[in-house]
Formats: sequence, structure tokens, C-alpha cells
Amino acid sequence: NMARDDDGDEDFVTFGTALEPLEDGRPLRKPIPLHEQTVKDEKGRYQRFHGAFTGGFSAGYFNTVGSKEGWTPSTFVSSRQQKADKHHARPEDFMDEEDFGEHGIAPRQITTSLEFSSSRRDEAAERAKAVGAQAALIPGDTLLEELISPAKSSIGVELLRRMGWREGQGVGPRVKRKPRRQQQAEGGTKAYGCMLPPAGSEDSEDEYEEFAPDNVTFAPKDVTPVDFSPRLGVQGLGYRGLDPGLALLGRGADEHIDLFRPQSESRSRLFGDARSSVRRGGVAGQAFGVGALEDDDEDVYHRDSMSRYDTVLGGEEPGDGLFGWTAPQQYTKKKDKSKDASYLGKILEGFTLAQNPPEEKVIFPPPALPSNYRPVHRFRPQVDVSRLSGVSPALAQALKTSRGHMIKEDPQQEGRHQLDSGQRRTMLGEDALKGETHSSGFYAGSDVDICMDHHLFRCDLRPAETWRGSNASTQTFKPFEKTPSKQARYDLYLDRLRQGDTDALEQSLDQTMTEWERSREREEFVRASVLYRPSSSSLSSRFTSAKHKEDEDSVEVNRDEEGDVDDKQNAVKMKMFGKLTRETFEWHPDKLLCKRFNVPDPHPGSGVVGLPKVKRDKFSVFNFLSVMESREMAGGSTQGVLVSEQSHGLEPEPSEKKTAGDEEEQQEEDEEQEEEESRPSMDLFKAIFASSSDEKSSSSSEESNDEEDRKDKEEGKTDLQPANLFTITTSSVTTSSVTTSSVTTSSVTTSSVTTSSVTASSVTTSSVTTSSVTTSSVTTSSAITSNSHTGAGCSAHPTACVRVRVCVCVCVCVCVCVCVVENLSSSLLFPGAASYQKSAQEELEFGPKLPPPSTPAGEHRPPPSSTIIANTSTARLLSR
Amino acid sequence: MAFPQPKPQAPQLPQHLLRTIDCQQGAVRAVRFNADGNYVLSCGSDKSLKLWSVSQGTFLKTYSGHGYEVLDADGSYDNSQICSCSSDKSVILWDVATGQVTRKLRGHAGKVNCVQFNEEATVILSGSIDGTVRCWDTRSRRFEPIQVLDEARDSISSLKVAQHELLTGSVDGRVRRYDLRMGQLHVDFVNSPITCVCFSQDGQCTLSSSLDSTVRLLDKSTGEMLGEFTGHKMKGYKLDCCLSSKDTHVLSCSEDGFVYCWDLVEVCSPLCFKVLNTRLINTFVMVSSRNECLVSHTLGGRKPRCFRIRKFKSAGGESSFRRQVLESYFLIFGHLASDWITTT
Repeated sequence: NMARDDDGDEDFVTFGTALEPLEDGRPLRKPIPLHEQTVKDEKGRYQRFHGAFTGGFSAGYFNTVGSKEGWTPSTFVSSRQQKADKHHARPEDFMDEEDFGEHGIAPRQITTSLEFSSSRRDEAAERAKAVGAQAALIPGDTLLEELISPAKSSIGVELLRRMGWREGQGVGPRVKRKPRRQQQAEGGTKAYGCMLPPAGSEDSEDEYEEFAPDNVTFAPKDVTPVDFSPRLGVQGLGYRGLDPGLALLGRGADEHIDLFRPQSESRSRLFGDARSSVRRGGVAGQAFGVGALEDDDEDVYHRDSMSRYDTVLGGEEPGDGLFGWTAPQQYTKKKDKSKDASYLGKILEGFTLAQNPPEEKVIFPPPALPSNYRPVHRFRPQVDVSRLSGVSPALAQALKTSRGHMIKEDPQQEGRHQLDSGQRRTMLGEDALKGETHSSGFYAGSDVDICMDHHLFRCDLRPAETWRGSNASTQTFKPFEKTPSKQARYDLYLDRLRQGDTDALEQSLDQTMTEWERSREREEFVRASVLYRPSSSSLSSRFTSAKHKEDEDSVEVNRDEEGDVDDKQNAVKMKMFGKLTRETFEWHPDKLLCKRFNVPDPHPGSGVVGLPKVKRDKFSVFNFLSVMESREMAGGSTQGVLVSEQSHGLEPEPSEKKTAGDEEEQQEEDEEQEEEESRPSMDLFKAIFASSSDEKSSSSSEESNDEEDRKDKEEGKTDLQPANLFTITTSSVTTSSVTTSSVTTSSVTTSSVTTSSVTASSVTTSSVTTSSVTTSSVTTSSAITSNSHTGAGCSAHPTACVRVRVCVCVCVCVCVCVCVVENLSSSLLFPGAASYQKSAQEELEFGPKLPPPSTPAGEHRPPPSSTIIANTSTARLLSR
Repeated sequence: MAFPQPKPQAPQLPQHLLRTIDCQQGAVRAVRFNADGNYVLSCGSDKSLKLWSVSQGTFLKTYSGHGYEVLDADGSYDNSQICSCSSDKSVILWDVATGQVTRKLRGHAGKVNCVQFNEEATVILSGSIDGTVRCWDTRSRRFEPIQVLDEARDSISSLKVAQHELLTGSVDGRVRRYDLRMGQLHVDFVNSPITCVCFSQDGQCTLSSSLDSTVRLLDKSTGEMLGEFTGHKMKGYKLDCCLSSKDTHVLSCSEDGFVYCWDLVEVCSPLCFKVLNTRLINTFVMVSSRNECLVSHTLGGRKPRCFRIRKFKSAGGESSFRRQVLESYFLIFGHLASDWITTT
């Protein structure tokens, strides 16, 4: 086989050097300009076009008709002495030269006269003539010409003869013939044993040429010239006119018609070799009907079949000819071209479609379950990791935590899934299992146990995790309201989930139902519980998506140290690939994708696509705030989800770890240093700004486009700003749970801190922060009103402009903080205000850099009562 | 007519330059075999994609229609279609014979690094610098992807499909394997930007090369490391790695201008063969099913080179020469002037 393949490569021999492939990028021809688009006649003469109604093309002679006289008629003059000669007009006289070809008037030229034509019989010419005779209307009409030959030979023949040419030889230089054996070897066909030489040996000359000595040259063989004369008749391709041989001698007609071989039988029939005729004489053929003497009439309409014709040029298949058509299949088998033929469009030269179909996939069916299989869970024996000696602590940890799913929780919290079955059992107050309760003998191996454990509880791990610790009051949605009993079971299931029951699902199901019903209900419950989670857990799913797991891990490690790396990185360093670096998630491919891959849907019925737990929506500021709220409601657990999410950025913030109580005192000290060094991650910025833009666009229709542009600019600048954002939000959020008055004070404190940090950039930041907060949440008009006042002041005193604007920003900062707190519940939006602040901020940024302005506390304007401002004030400020 | 299989021989390296093809398409961004290894696709930086015959080295066709340099291409199992991806963020499905664009698929947010057909050429999978893998349907006329796999957090640098599995390598240092049959996603953390991933021919292992100058052979099911191949240099460029057709050798390009070749089992000593004397900027390695090795690299002269080595028994005449051909390497070299993979 290998040899064959290789032969396939060798079959093609490339001669010479290939032409350079045409460059596709070659310059296109310039279009010919209009004034150069001229009409020429056949001889290249210019023709002038006068327009269709004014004479068409000019005819030469200065737009006359081609003669000096033009259309002037010649008068008939005839006299006694000078008779008018008879003028025989030919059609050519009235025609343009260009039209001669169109009407079949051939150009006059010199041709060989009969005197110089050949006298001898020229085989080749005769053969060619015979072909012509076949095609002629009356076959055999060259007969006469052949019979009567001129006595003289043509000059060309004479010349050739003088040069040593003999009749029957070809024309050309003498050649050396290669030994036949070599030719055969090159052709690649080999005869084995006592096989006869290949049948189609062209002429017997070759036989003795084998023994030709090297120094002898031969004249080239005479080659029949292929006559490519066109068919002139109107008959079809297979038409044969009256064949004289057939008509006169009455030979059978049913032979193979070789269109491409001039050596036809009919010619040889004409001369000599009279075979015994079966048919009687008589005229037959397509041109005539059945003669009176014909008794068989089956040939009248000459049933013609295409099988009698060659459809390709060239002779038989150039096989080795060893076996003929009865050869074994591998010799006669042609290449299967059906594939290429079925392919629409033309195939590239030198390119074939793949012949072999792609290999069949072997898909092994799942193993058949034994008949006594019982899908029950058996707790696997607890592995005492500490006793295992020689195991690295990392591996031990991996062993301990490996549950098939990568659910990791804080070690401090000691989550339920960190516990092993024994610990869980003691917590639940259950009795210890007595030995092998389900000794079915099949599942002695612990691997099976792990597997079963994994599969049985896979479904309710996730809901259990998300439902744990949530308040019952948050659950208002009842998915199974129509069937109260089902809803009751569902509620029971949720209750158990909240309690952290491991087998909540199984216990809450009705035991009287059939297995099928139960399994359905199990699925429904799990899905419902995943879908209608309480808000905090749904939010937590947003923040602690599965793909952030390792980042969460890295939070637990003390990140402040320099050589800080995750577990995984450590594992990679130790080259401990496997459990430590491998994570497996449930992933839902699209239905169509499964179809296209010829794979059954692995999660039939699930509407989820992709990773099920990852929610891709961006979190807005509202979510951001509500998370904090819920966190505080839950009891001030400072290690919230947000914190961990947020601090997976660059630097951890010390203020986050403080409780709500001492946050306010710490605020002032922290603020200053945080302005320089700490900065939340880009995600936070993005989320806030993106959400603000979303909400703005959704809520307001009066936004103009240039505001959008400004927004973009502002977003682009976010990375320049030091992170004052987080502290401000925290402060506002923190105070949100307290009374309004205290809130106001606190936020004022914050703002005063901001003002005291005197650099212009810091002020800018704060203004950005406030604007972002404002856009997403609420504004009171009060802030804006005060700003509009200051804006007017600016226009009055341009020198103090920057300074005043800084004050504006500070005011905005203060007011907005207040506003956020005040109107947190109301979801009113005033986008104009937001844009206003942005414009103010932007002007500040683009303005000249001045020494940091010292803002006196007196500049703070207490926010007046709410008066809504319109976009006009913004526009006014902008127009400056 | 089956000839007795020749004795397995010790691996040899390509030594003989068989042919040089001047691709004439600027820097060659990728060179790929088709499914049966008879044809070669070369992706040029002059926005063109060219089809070559391996056996004769002849040029067959140019496919032009991309708006920027072509970065990767793949041929369908039946040779009737080609898909290619480009820096112009588009994926194009071509008709091979006519050279017409059958589909132009847009949707990626950045340049598309890698593209693959699935087994039956019903889906095109493309991985982009925007961190997503998009699954395009070739059967319907839908221009949206069937599914977008956006789990990666950085650019997708390499992508391979085998039966019902999809293997992606990302610059975020993770090798992801999507198992459609199981409905699972397996993530292997490697901690270094992945430049190239591929399956082993037996489908049990994955091979991934990363920018820490290491090629790792990982067990597919557990993620354990079966082999680690070092010695080459891969620090900043996206260079390819691959396994030989019988999983006997691991090949990887190196920034020092060599193609390194390790025995899969005896990891210790890499055999490296120098591709050209000058320093290579970028190389691509691909081994076809017939164990022909294709390496592309263009130097300043932009001359891709082809090597072929033939190993045969020492004894035997002319006829046995043909039958004892074991393996042939066919190497084309291409040059990449700029770094297009950026490590983060």
C-alpha cells in the first residue's frame, strides 16, 4: 500500500519551471477615457460617428460614400467608336470590404493549381480525404478523384524525394529508436511469466527494432494527419448518408462507428477485400426508405444507440492490457469519479476531493446496568488524611476536599460541604451507619461510592448552597400555586434547604407517588429553587461566579505579601497537575450545537446555555447598594461577597474589613491615604459607569447625543482617577441604614474631607464619583440649583472661574451624597442633573492647571429644597 | 496487495530539503494541511489564502476576500470547503473549486486567531482575541453564532476540535476542554499563556505549549501531567506544537530557529533540527496523517522551504526503494515579522 501511495506521487512528472502564478493584485487596466473610445473598422481605420439620424458612420472620402464622386451617378455613354463595355456587376461591387466575410465571400488568394498537385498516392492525404468522404453528403464522392490520378507528381513530392524521402516514411530528421524494453520499464507495466506481449503492438516494425544497433538511425514514422475539418452538413453527429459500399455490395451496417479514426472500414470495403455478404444488394441507408426488394424492415429507422460511439478522445483505457476486460477487478476498476461528478461546480485542476469518507466514529454505549442494581447511596469510609504518611499537605487537602465538584468555601466558615459524611452525621444527630448496609457485593470499590455520591446529590447541592441562610420572608414567589399540595411540598423542600438539610429533596417528596413522578418533581423543584432564589443569593451568584473561584481562593491567602501565589500556581510550580489544577463545571451546549456534532443533548430540557451559574449581566449601582443593605440586614458579616469580589483587583483596602460601627471614625484617616494609593479594580468602575449609562438611556429620552459623547470621554478617563469612589459609596450606604439626619452629617463630613484634600485632581475624582452615583441613582434638584447659581457667577468673573467650578464640584459632591441617601428608596431620575455635573467636571479637567484652590468652608451651600432644573442650565454652562 | 510492514526504525530528523515554495504572499501567518494531508493551505499577510499541492508543490488557487492578514485556516473533511479567519475580525467559508466566499461571518470583537471545522464541517469554531469562541453554523444561513463560549478571560490563542470535544487554549493560562457529550467544561490551569493546544491522535491526552518555554502533555480525563518537554525557547511568540501522526514524537517550534522534537516516552533528550541557519521569527508545525511534517517559516527573502526525508532499508534495489518508504517529512517555513500574541 505504501508503495502504491508513493507511486501515486511519482506518476506526475513536472517538466520545466512553472509559470509564475498570476498575481491577483496586478494593477487593473485604467478605464479608457471617453474621448479615446473610438470606433475602428477592420483595417484599423477610424470611423467617425455622426449620430444615428445624421448618417451613421462616415464612409471615408470626407464623409462621402467611399469614392471621389460620391453618389454622383455615372451617365451612360456609348458611341460608335467606343462602345460602352458591358458591365457585369457582382455583389461585391456593392458591398463594403468588411462585409465580405459575413456573406461568405472568400478572399482571393493564390492556391496550388492542379498541375502541382501530387501524382502519387499519398496515404495520409487519402486517409484524410476518406474522413472527409465520410462526412460528405454522398459518401464516396471522392472515389472518382482517387481513380483518376494525375500523371505528374507534385513539385513538393519531387523535392522531398530528392532529399531522400521515400514513400511511406514520415517527414523529419532521422531518429534513433530506443530499445523497446526500456520503454516498457518506463511505462511501468511488467509482463510476468509466459505472457504474450501486449496485444496492441502498433506495428510489427517494433519487433525487430529491438535488435537495432545503436548507431543506426531511422526515418520517423509516417503519421496520419488528423483532419479537423468542420462538419458542414445539417445532419446530426451520427448521420451516415448513403454508403455506396452498403448500397452496392450490401454489407452489414451494424459496426462500431469510430468518429475519431479516419481509417474506416468503408474505405477498405471500397477497394478489394470482398467479404461474404449476408445481405443482398440494394440501396439502404438513412437517406432512403425500404427498398422494394427489402424484406427485413427493422433497419428502416436505424435505431442508433450512443453505446456505439466513443465519447472520449483516445482509444481504450491505457491499462496494461494484460487481462482484457475479464481482468480481475483491481485491474479493471476505474477511479470512482461519482464523487467528483456529484460535486457542483468545476473542480480545480490538480485538486481532487477527498475520496475516503471520514472514519466512522466508534461510540461505545453506556454499560448495561446489572439487573440487581439498586441506586442507593452508601457512605464511603472516611479517609483519615492525617494518618497517611508521606503525603504532602497540599495533596492531603485536595483529598480532603475532593467531592467531584469544586465547591470551596471559606475555611473559617467551615461550610457544610467541607465536612465529611461523619461530621455531617454527628451534626444532624444521626446514628452511625452500621457497616455495609447495602451489601450488594457489586460496589465494594470506593470509586463506585464516590461516583454514586456525586450523582445522587449533584442536583441539590447547588440550590442548597444558595438557599442556605436566606430569610423565609424573601420568598414570595410560588411556582406551583395551581397545585397546593405540590406547592406545600415545594415549600417544605425550601425550608429544609434553608436549614441546610442534605437530603431535603428526597424527604420533601411524597413517598406515595411513583418513582417516575417523583423524579420529575425532583427535577422541577431543583430547577425552581435555582430560578427563584432569594435576591441575596442570586446576587451572590453574580459576584461569585464559578469562574472566579481561584480568585476567591487568592483572596483567602494573604495577598499583601510579595511572593503571593494561588494554590494553583503553587501546584503548577510543584508540577502537581491534576486535581489541584483541574476544575470541572457543568456546561450546557446549545441544542443546535449538539445536533451539529451528532451528540445527544447532555442536559435535555435545560434552557441554560453555557455555564449555568454565571450571570453575565453587569451589576448596577442599585445592586451594588442593595447588596450592602442586605449584608447589613444579614448581620454585618463584613466578609461579604462584594468585598471579596472587589478586592480581587489590585490592592486590598483596609477599610473594608472594618465593621459598620467604627467606619465613620476611620473614614477620615483612611480617606487621605486611600486617595493616593488605594484604588478599586477596573471592574467596579466599569460596572458603575456602564450601568449609569444604561439606566440613563433607558429612563430619559431627553438626552442629547453630545452628552453621550461626553460620557464616553469620561469613561475613558476613569483610569486616571484615584479611587475615592469606594469610600464615598460606603459612607453613603452605611448611613443609609441609619437615620437621615446622621446620614447628612456623615456625608458632609466626607465631603469636607474631600475638600480638605486640596489637590484639584482629588476634587475631580470626587466629582466624578458623585456624578456617577447621581446618574445611576437620584438627584435632588437642590444641588443643581446651587450649581446653576455658581455657574452664573463664573460667567461674571472669568478669573475666578476655575476656583468657583471646583467649589461647584464640591457642592455637587456634598449634595449628591445627601441626595443619594435621601432618595434611595425613590427611583426618580434626573439625567439632566447628571449631565450637568459631568460637564462641570469636564470643564475642570480640561481647564488650565492652577494651584490647588483652597475652598473655604463657607462656600458650601446648604442644599435648598428641591427645585427641579431643566437642561437649560446645563446648556448655559456648556455654552461658555 | 499488502506488503509486509517494515520494521520500525529509530526516529530520524528531516535532513533533506525537498522543495522550496515561494508563497509570494508576504509573511506567512499559518500553514495547514488539509484533512488527508494532500494539500496545504498557506495564510498570508497580504490578505490572501493559497492552496498548494503537497506532492508536486504546485500552486492551485488563491482565495482573496479578507480585509486583513489571514491568521488561520482549515479544510473540511471532504476538501470541498475551507474556512479561514483574519485580523479583520471575520471568518470566511470558502468554496474550494470556485474560490467564492460562501459565508462571511462577522461577530468577533477582535481579530480571530484560530478557526476549525468540526468533524463533519457542519460547524465552524473560531477563537478570537476578544476571548470568545464562536460556533458558526454552516448548514443554515444564520449569521449569528449558535453559541458563544466566553469562559476565557483573555484571548483565545488556539483551538482544536475532535469528535465531540473542543479544546481551547487561552492567554489567561488555561486549557479548556468542552465536552459536548458530557456537558462539562474542564479547565486546566497552566499558569502561563497558552500558545497552542492539540489532542493526541488517540484522543487520550492533550498537548499544550505555553510561554514558559514548556510543552506539557496532560491526561485528558484527570488533568495530570504525563510529560513535560523543555529545552526550547518560547517566550513571546505564538509558536505551534504538535504530535506526530502515531503519537511517537512531540514537535515544537522554538524562537531560536529550531524545531524541537522529543520522543514522547523518553522525554529527556530533545532532538532538534535546525530549520534554517538564520534566526526564525516564527514557525508553524503541523504533522499530517501521513506523518509528513509541515513547518512554515519565511526569512527576509520570504522563501518557505520544504523538507522531505525518506527512510528506507539499506538493502534492496530500485523496487524495494519505493516500498520501504516509511515516513516523509514535508516542511515549509514561513516568517512572521511581528508579534501578534501579547502576553498579559
